[in-house]
Amino acid sequence: MSAAPPLRHPGINLGPAHPETEEKSAELLFGFWVFLMSDAIIFGLLFATYAVMLHARAGGPGPEQLYDIKSAFIETLALLSSSFTYGMASLALKYGRRHEWLIGWLVATMCLGGLFLRLEAQDFISMFHEGAGPSRSGYLSSFFALVPLHGLHVTSGIIWMLALILQIVRYGVDRDVKLGLLRLGLFWHFLDIVWVAIFSFIYLGGLA
Amino acid sequence: MSIIHVVFGRLGFNSLPFWQMLQHPTRENLVNGSIATLAACIVLVGAAAAVILITWLGKWKVLWSEWLTSVDHKRIGIMYVVIALVMLARGLIEAGIMRSQEAFALNGGYLSPEHFEQFFTTHGTIMIFFMAMPFLIGLINFVMPLQIGARDVSFPVMNSISLGLTAAGAALVMISLDIGKFSTGGWSGYPPYTEAGFNPGVGVDYWIWAVSLSSIGSMLTGINFAVTIYKKRAPGMRFMRMPLFTWTALCTSILMIFAMPPLTVATALLALDRYLGFHFFTDHFGGNYMNYVNLFWLFGHPEVYIVILPAFGIYSEVFSTFSGKTLYGYTSLVLATMAIAALSFTVWLHHFFTMGQSANINAVFGIATMLIGIPTGVKVYDWIWTMFRGRVRFTVPLIYALGFTLLFVIGGATGIILANPSIDYQVHNTQFVIAHFHNVLVPGTLFGLLAGYHFWFPKALGFRLHERWGLFSALCFILGFILAFFPLYGLGLLGYPRRTLDFFDPQYLPYMIAAFIGALIVFAGFLGLILQLLVSIRRRKEYAVPAGDPWDGRSLEWASPAPPPEYNFSVLPVVSGRDAFMLAKEQRAAYQAPGMFYDIEMPKNSAMGMAVCIGGFLAAFGLVWYMWWLVVAASLGIIAAMVGRGFVRDAERIIPAHEVERCHLRWLATVAVTRPVTRGQEATPANAGLAVLEAVE
Amino acid sequence: MSASEQDARGNRAEYARELRGYLLGYGLAIVLTLVPFGLVNWAALRQYGLYVAIGACALVQVIVHFRFFLHIDPPRQNVDDLHLILFSALLLFFMVAGTIWILASLAARLA
Repeated sequence: MSAAPPLRHPGINLGPAHPETEEKSAELLFGFWVFLMSDAIIFGLLFATYAVMLHARAGGPGPEQLYDIKSAFIETLALLSSSFTYGMASLALKYGRRHEWLIGWLVATMCLGGLFLRLEAQDFISMFHEGAGPSRSGYLSSFFALVPLHGLHVTSGIIWMLALILQIVRYGVDRDVKLGLLRLGLFWHFLDIVWVAIFSFIYLGGLA
Repeated sequence: MSIIHVVFGRLGFNSLPFWQMLQHPTRENLVNGSIATLAACIVLVGAAAAVILITWLGKWKVLWSEWLTSVDHKRIGIMYVVIALVMLARGLIEAGIMRSQEAFALNGGYLSPEHFEQFFTTHGTIMIFFMAMPFLIGLINFVMPLQIGARDVSFPVMNSISLGLTAAGAALVMISLDIGKFSTGGWSGYPPYTEAGFNPGVGVDYWIWAVSLSSIGSMLTGINFAVTIYKKRAPGMRFMRMPLFTWTALCTSILMIFAMPPLTVATALLALDRYLGFHFFTDHFGGNYMNYVNLFWLFGHPEVYIVILPAFGIYSEVFSTFSGKTLYGYTSLVLATMAIAALSFTVWLHHFFTMGQSANINAVFGIATMLIGIPTGVKVYDWIWTMFRGRVRFTVPLIYALGFTLLFVIGGATGIILANPSIDYQVHNTQFVIAHFHNVLVPGTLFGLLAGYHFWFPKALGFRLHERWGLFSALCFILGFILAFFPLYGLGLLGYPRRTLDFFDPQYLPYMIAAFIGALIVFAGFLGLILQLLVSIRRRKEYAVPAGDPWDGRSLEWASPAPPPEYNFSVLPVVSGRDAFMLAKEQRAAYQAPGMFYDIEMPKNSAMGMAVCIGGFLAAFGLVWYMWWLVVAASLGIIAAMVGRGFVRDAERIIPAHEVERCHLRWLATVAVTRPVTRGQEATPANAGLAVLEAVE
Repeated sequence: MSASEQDARGNRAEYARELRGYLLGYGLAIVLTLVPFGLVNWAALRQYGLYVAIGACALVQVIVHFRFFLHIDPPRQNVDDLHLILFSALLLFFMVAGTIWILASLAARLA
């Protein structure tokens, strides 16, 4: 098995088969990576706020009453699978598979992301019905800042994915589309990493 | 829910500044209402004057196509500095009014408490977010790509968007003078006072959204600058060959990237509390407002290093250039800058020693705070040693630098005093703290930025500033600062609290009067700056420096005409050492024509910056006044613009090689007919931007 | 796309290797998800043990994501990117740990 070539920047490297992306990709991806680090700080501080407010229940319900482990589990599988399907899309891009494959994997990713959001929205609605909305207590405020912020990011990612699909339809898989897909890949995997932290520390940590 | 309510939200006639005094004409309302109405009129007159001037000069098209939609870092930098100078005027006026109130405060003064509270809030908010940040970002924007031998920053359109966001925030603060009132919660906006329960009006909301817009812009700028410095340096420009100003720009950018998120979180959570009834920082239902203080200062401490590091970079350039010497201790200066940047994230608790946490925690943060003084001290020594045995010229930038050296050290020392929790318990929230931070911000940040303004103005606009008026301003600022702020140390030790509009103990009065006179002298200095600018523009042909090197500069930004062409360098320089341009001059390798010229690819103009500016302003305005339709429409507009931008394919234009050649040869022809001047003549009209090659030391 | 172009782009061995990487990453992540969910769902350990298990699985899964999905691999990674990740992690640690330390002290002293 041949040794893998040295990587030049995070995320999938398109390599010499895509020369038109070489010049700009390092700069663009590095810049996007830096942006993700600042986003990580925002999430980190919301985690810290959650930790600090976990016991600020104001006599209201806590994680034991509110979190649904089955739902969290299915959401996790959906999002994780969407990361996998995006990986497949990345491979389709890198190895020059036909556009239909690329678009197909992207659509699959969008569907799984959409499933994730739908289940999450259902969770929130059932929490509201139990009177456990964000204005009930400090603890619930911190939950509803952190988890919906992640959901908002996922939503943005889906919109971005749709925009890129439309660009492929319009322009084909040109340089700007490839660079966009590379950055979206970083974004999408980053969101899955944040979800790992959320299901571990918020959901499982709350139910343990 | 009438249609008026839906369209206008909570806007009403009572949002006008003169409404209250017409409804209830008490003495206090009349005085304060008049001041507020006067301020509102100044804003309107200023805006109208700008519109009339541009129309009269017929420059609308030029304004749009060459400035507002430009993605050129030099243009964007100049626009940032313009915003900063306008906001500096307002910030200084507010300071002067507060000082005059205090000087008359023994007899009650003339401001209402609520009005005074707005003043100290806007003063702080403006000076930090809309004066210091835009000023330093503007200078870094203009200078840094030139110093590293690049053609532009990494993300030019994002640069324009950042400018748009900052401008939108500034516009929001300005419009609050005409419609509604501003926050009374200080620039730090602590809850629960700023929660809806205690402050349901528009003031805090104005503050939240102005700060949010500006901080998102700054975060994007930080990313832009950091990636530029990492990825766009000219060949041979290794890290340890970069000028100090670029080093400080790099560390400042890293601070911006990591310090803005805590502010975004703090203000966003406060907004969630106010708008959607969350309980992050309320005083009931499990809110914890001490977390706000923690989050705010996680931002706030690195922020003060964001505003000081570029000034340190400017001083490095100024000391070496105007001593005619290589900067002393380059490596130690770089290490000190990195140390300050890293340590700045470990000291934030010193802003709330008295909040109630254990003495052990206080001690740890106190020690960390004292440690941060060490690298700064190293820098001061390096600068002094740079001057030693140099041929020092007392130009305006150096006067500011000397004032800085003497005054900043005192401010730093009082910082070390405050770093001790036991002492801080005594002087927390007194004028001692005010004196300390102005003592580091004014001689540190403001003088540095003004020095940078004088230093790089000729490069940016092609002509020097009038030296005498500059000297007048510098001396007024230095003297005025001393008179305005040193008495505050005394006041603080005598127990006078901060953010307090009046007093009944006559022993404070002499200090207050001295401080007021100092404020007037500072203001005279600012007027001197305006006069200097007007005189210089009038005499711009006399002061022109087309050859591009008025100060016998050492770094690459001086190796170009003044002003530089859009693409900065005809051929990207190859760097072989520090002080790259001075090296070239000494080796008689400067002002060469390259063997070959090539086509240069530059980004096209873009309206994205304006789109985000207008959309951001409208969305924020809608949020403040509860005009939800406006929020939705503006937000959708911004999203549509961003998605639309993704579909743009033809975003670059080519500048043909023959055009580059023509421009370059024209510059060399100018240099050929320019008489080089000695340093003794650099402040005279004989200086056309070419330096006599003096003996290599 | 012509056959020669497909050859140039579709280096079979490379493709197979990368595909295996994604499948392996996916598989590991699923296992690292099943384990903590299962342990919590069936309360298989004491609370402290559960926390440790959840934390360990989370940490390993994050590394799996970095390695197999983001292709971040210390031996091969560009030094600028590594510096960035390490610096961000350090800062995140200070901010989060500092916040928890400070607020915990306040809660203890001011409750």
